[in-house]
Amino acid sequence: MPPILLVPIPPLQPETLATLARGIVERFQIAVLTDGSKSIDPAPAYDASRNQYDSSLLLSILLRLHSAQNGKILAVTEVDLYIPVLTFVFGEAQLDGKAAIVSVRRLDERFYGLPEKSSLLEDRLLKEAIHELGHTFGLLHCRRFECVMHASTAVEEIDLKSSSFCPECARLLDQKNRMGENG
Amino acid sequence: MASNNQHRTSLLVVDDEFVVRDSLSKWFRQDGYRVETAEDAASALRLMDKGPWDIVLLDIKMPGMGGLELQKRIKEIDPSATIIMITAFASVESAVQALKEGAFDYVTKPVDPDHLSHLVQNALRQKSLSKENIKLREQMSHLLTPDEIVGDSPEMKRVIELASSVAQTDTTVMIRGESGTGKELIARIIHANSPRKFFPIIAVNCGAVPEGLLESELFGHEKGAFTGAQYRRKGKFELADGGTIFLDEVGTISARMQVQLLRVIESKHFTRVGGSESIKSDFRVICATNRDLEQAVKEGSFREDLYYRLNVFTVSLPPLRERRSDIPALTQHFIRKYAQAMNKTVSGIDPSALDLLVRYPWPGNVRELENVIERAMVLATPPAIKPCDLPFQVVQAQPAANGDSLEAVERAHIIAILNRTNWNITRSAGILGIDRVTLYNKIAKYGLKRP
Ligand SMILES: [Zn+2]
Ligand SMILES: [Zn+2]
Repeated sequence: MPPILLVPIPPLQPETLATLARGIVERFQIAVLTDGSKSIDPAPAYDASRNQYDSSLLLSILLRLHSAQNGKILAVTEVDLYIPVLTFVFGEAQLDGKAAIVSVRRLDERFYGLPEKSSLLEDRLLKEAIHELGHTFGLLHCRRFECVMHASTAVEEIDLKSSSFCPECARLLDQKNRMGENG
Repeated sequence: MASNNQHRTSLLVVDDEFVVRDSLSKWFRQDGYRVETAEDAASALRLMDKGPWDIVLLDIKMPGMGGLELQKRIKEIDPSATIIMITAFASVESAVQALKEGAFDYVTKPVDPDHLSHLVQNALRQKSLSKENIKLREQMSHLLTPDEIVGDSPEMKRVIELASSVAQTDTTVMIRGESGTGKELIARIIHANSPRKFFPIIAVNCGAVPEGLLESELFGHEKGAFTGAQYRRKGKFELADGGTIFLDEVGTISARMQVQLLRVIESKHFTRVGGSESIKSDFRVICATNRDLEQAVKEGSFREDLYYRLNVFTVSLPPLRERRSDIPALTQHFIRKYAQAMNKTVSGIDPSALDLLVRYPWPGNVRELENVIERAMVLATPPAIKPCDLPFQVVQAQPAANGDSLEAVERAHIIAILNRTNWNITRSAGILGIDRVTLYNKIAKYGLKRP
């Protein structure tokens, strides 16, 4: 399997990316490259009236820039993301595609006016990153609430799930990976 | 799961804005739904042939035929279609009109993803709950139990039987038992074997949450509900939607919370702290207590109406001392668990140490046993746990199990000291304040053997 490329989109704390990289290696058993030089400027995706960034636009900029990249690409950022019809998204992924993006903004307890909890933030980010990467491998939402592929639209729901794939999703992921290798 | 193509949920998005169609269809495809889009009423009506559509998301304001008119046409073709209106902020009045004409609900652009996702789930649940239940029930011919449930004693078998018989109903369950008997585990078994198993089980320890915080913990709060509440947070009842709420130590809640609890259990509706919107949640209640609730009702500290609401079906967990035959299996289970966690090669327990465990009264039940084993695993040298690895209290408490006669106490105390010194006779005699010969005589008298 080609490695997963982790791309920071500023602003982002470097430790956030390093911790996340370790977690992803563990779950996917695929090498992870973090490459700050592959970063992009989020400014073109900024919507001043919403004070948010269009995640679909960021994804397409990322794809255009890294069309030669073989493996999956995951962008990580602290800016607040949205897709036009929704008030916000934690992240977005191309289903069965190449790129995904996650934001730590709404995973941070401070966003909700609560004291900072860095371990909780790391947990949530890992879950959302694995979730979006799961989509790029073609996985759909899972009904099991403990499964990382369960859809979460609130942090409280992210906290309910684990960072692992349930046996059914793990089997599907394995199947898709093997198909990917043969094709 | 989405792999089940026959029951694949279908969703039609009708909106004149490309970006709305595009992002909503991408969003719902990740749920495994079959999604099609239409840019106006005419193409939406053409797509009715490719239905039936479980859910139609309908923009209320479109050029040409508007959403309200289209809703009527769709309902004529398929009365069972669930319609959710999408409105801009300005057209809430027409959304209300749509509701009068049979729309399921409406959302305002831009849509809160959490609201949209739960709205769609609720609509689907309403549509297929009965079908789904039958399907799930058929799949659950045998009871799934986590491996923490260890024990072959008749008492434990009876508990598992009760749990399994009540799991597939939607009945409120009260689990009673001393602390440490594993009440939450039983709640999880009931949930995992119920038709609600794909939805979460949300545990709340009512005794551990300070009274002032319990209300927002249970019902959530709105932004600005109190100092520090800068954003809306969901409460436990909202998170339990579709699933089960497990109220541990329910006997500890205040009179004021008892009233609120009764209300939410009866109506399945509540409002967040500082909010006015009525939130609906479909949950099952499992509660647990180690208190004498009947006495509390008699004394007036626990509401009688709430008591009857909660006490529909009772599962009583026996204390560990009443199912001592399970202690060896539980011990072995915890040894395996901690050997793995600590990466230690300790794989068993000496018979004399096990004997101590079996005879100890275990006021803290299974939880105490687990703590004792965890501690012993830290101290133990491979291959097995020895009496000296057990905490002194366990050994000392032994007289209680053997009777309070002076002889029994002396015997237990000698065993304790011998174990503590790893049967070093000179040191033990020193601690006991007797000479070695006297100690040898006592060892012979009580038939003590080195483990
Ligand atoms: Zn997702
Ligand atoms: Zn899954």
